[in-house]
Amino acid sequence: MTNEQMTSSETEPTDDQPAPTPGTDGLTDTADSGGETTTDRTLLEARDLNVYYGEEQALSDVDIEIPEKQVTAVIGPSGCGKSTFLRCINRMNDLVDSARVEGELRFDGKNVYDDDVDPVALRRKIGMVFQSPNPFPKSIRDNVAYGLKVQGKDDGDVDAKVRTALERAALLEEVEDQLDASGLDLSGGQQQRLCIARAIAPDPDVILMDEPASALDPVATSKIEDLIEDLAEEYTVVIVTHNMQQAARISDKTAVFLTGGELVEFDDTDKIFENPEHERVEDYITGKFG
Amino acid sequence: MSQPDFSHDGIRTARGTAFRYLFMLCALLSILTTVAIILTLLLDAIDFFAQIPLVDFLTGTRWSPTNEPIAFGVLPLISGTLVITIGSAMVALPIGLLTAIYLSEYASDRQRAYLKPALEVLAGVPTVVYGYFALVYVTPAIDTILPVDLSTFNALSASIMVGIMIIPMVSSISEDAMSAVPDSLRQASYGLGATKFTVSTSVVVPAALSGIFSSFILALSRAIGETMIVAIAAGQTPRMIDLTDPAGMFLDSIQPMTSAMVQIGTGDIVGQGPAYKSLFAVGLTLFVITFVMNLISELVASRYREVYR
Repeated sequence: MTNEQMTSSETEPTDDQPAPTPGTDGLTDTADSGGETTTDRTLLEARDLNVYYGEEQALSDVDIEIPEKQVTAVIGPSGCGKSTFLRCINRMNDLVDSARVEGELRFDGKNVYDDDVDPVALRRKIGMVFQSPNPFPKSIRDNVAYGLKVQGKDDGDVDAKVRTALERAALLEEVEDQLDASGLDLSGGQQQRLCIARAIAPDPDVILMDEPASALDPVATSKIEDLIEDLAEEYTVVIVTHNMQQAARISDKTAVFLTGGELVEFDDTDKIFENPEHERVEDYITGKFG
Repeated sequence: MSQPDFSHDGIRTARGTAFRYLFMLCALLSILTTVAIILTLLLDAIDFFAQIPLVDFLTGTRWSPTNEPIAFGVLPLISGTLVITIGSAMVALPIGLLTAIYLSEYASDRQRAYLKPALEVLAGVPTVVYGYFALVYVTPAIDTILPVDLSTFNALSASIMVGIMIIPMVSSISEDAMSAVPDSLRQASYGLGATKFTVSTSVVVPAALSGIFSSFILALSRAIGETMIVAIAAGQTPRMIDLTDPAGMFLDSIQPMTSAMVQIGTGDIVGQGPAYKSLFAVGLTLFVITFVMNLISELVASRYREVYR
């Protein structure tokens, strides 16, 4: 059970670990009394997770424990199942007719694939940001308020909630005067931050990001990256990226999926990028394959 | 070194030119036919209006081309057409739209594979069959079920059948528009915890609105032009219809423009008198109405198309 070994190395840090738990804020790490950061409590946990699209296996026996309020990056070559894994967490794979999921995926201890779980209720705890910005053809305000409306959280001061979400998504300053303009009129980077604001407005516990910067230019990308690090103060962030530098820059933990939907290594990001256990992971990280 | 030979091949070039003109001829043929029809309509209608003033035609409330006293007021016929249009719209628009939502958002690939061809069969039924179905089955059925005094020929069963006839048009064009809504918008909505119903009503339908609207207009102009069903089942009573009185609208015999034209065209009217020429005046009116509606549909579609890319 190689995966068991991998997960144990993150719950019990080995003595030659290069750095203390990489937090979102280096100062609180040593004191470790900041409370809000890096509790290392597991929020999401996969056990023997297998996913098939028809006959084809997309994920193979994935075991992983994703800590609360940290950024977990999921990297790997195309077709390795990293997006599939992300979409298992909020059961977006349910929308694919041919997808079949086996095994468990626990959210705060509850298996989200239990029969009594309504994916609609689950998704209200989990925000999602997609590869290309996909604002609704509605005003900026209505875009952000959409989730609140859908989830019946539009009582009280919707406008204030909208502004808070835009503020958190580092977009408020730029759009403050044009909340009634169409979300489609914004630039690509702004649209993606609008989508992030839309995802966090209903105040979920988890934010899933599926290559959120892949369609953006470098400046917009760096804004999104800064934002992701901030978001981890309040949310558990799981981000799929094909950009290894990005994973190294913004994540606390990194999961490496390789071909066949296999989770090969999961550890602190520094460890993965400086001293991975597996040769295949090292080959992938250093660009020898993939 | 000799250069490669890229020179013209006479036969190939000639054949290419021949095909080009053959295809162009076919394309021109339909345009020429359209132009010829419009010209005929116009010329004969002008003839008619030389004898009957345009104002009398457009504002007259009595249509009686053959029986004394002769009158050529088109309003009774327009109101008849309006009744059929309203009635069929009440049947086709909701059912067609909900069918489209089901096909696009709810049905599995398998269900869609059965349902879509079934709907296309509905579109392929000859309208004369619908007409006799309305007369022979629908009218007696309504007469038995509802406690109303229904005439043998009535607007109700005719407009129900016209409505059923245009359902496939509404559902198929609307479904195309809904399927064209980017999946990323659905995903965004589902990702925020929306139910299928919410995704359909708050994302898909608004984004497909231009297509839905043009499906409505196209279907309605089809209903306006529908002839066979109304000629068979709606009767031949040109009368001014009070649109605020549903019983008067639907329970009795009416006569829309199309069936008035059938009556004139198949009747024993001889010569070139106004009775015969009125056929073209009514035809032109019908043409103008449906043409304007199709124009509106085009306009709406192109106006809103680019917004939802």
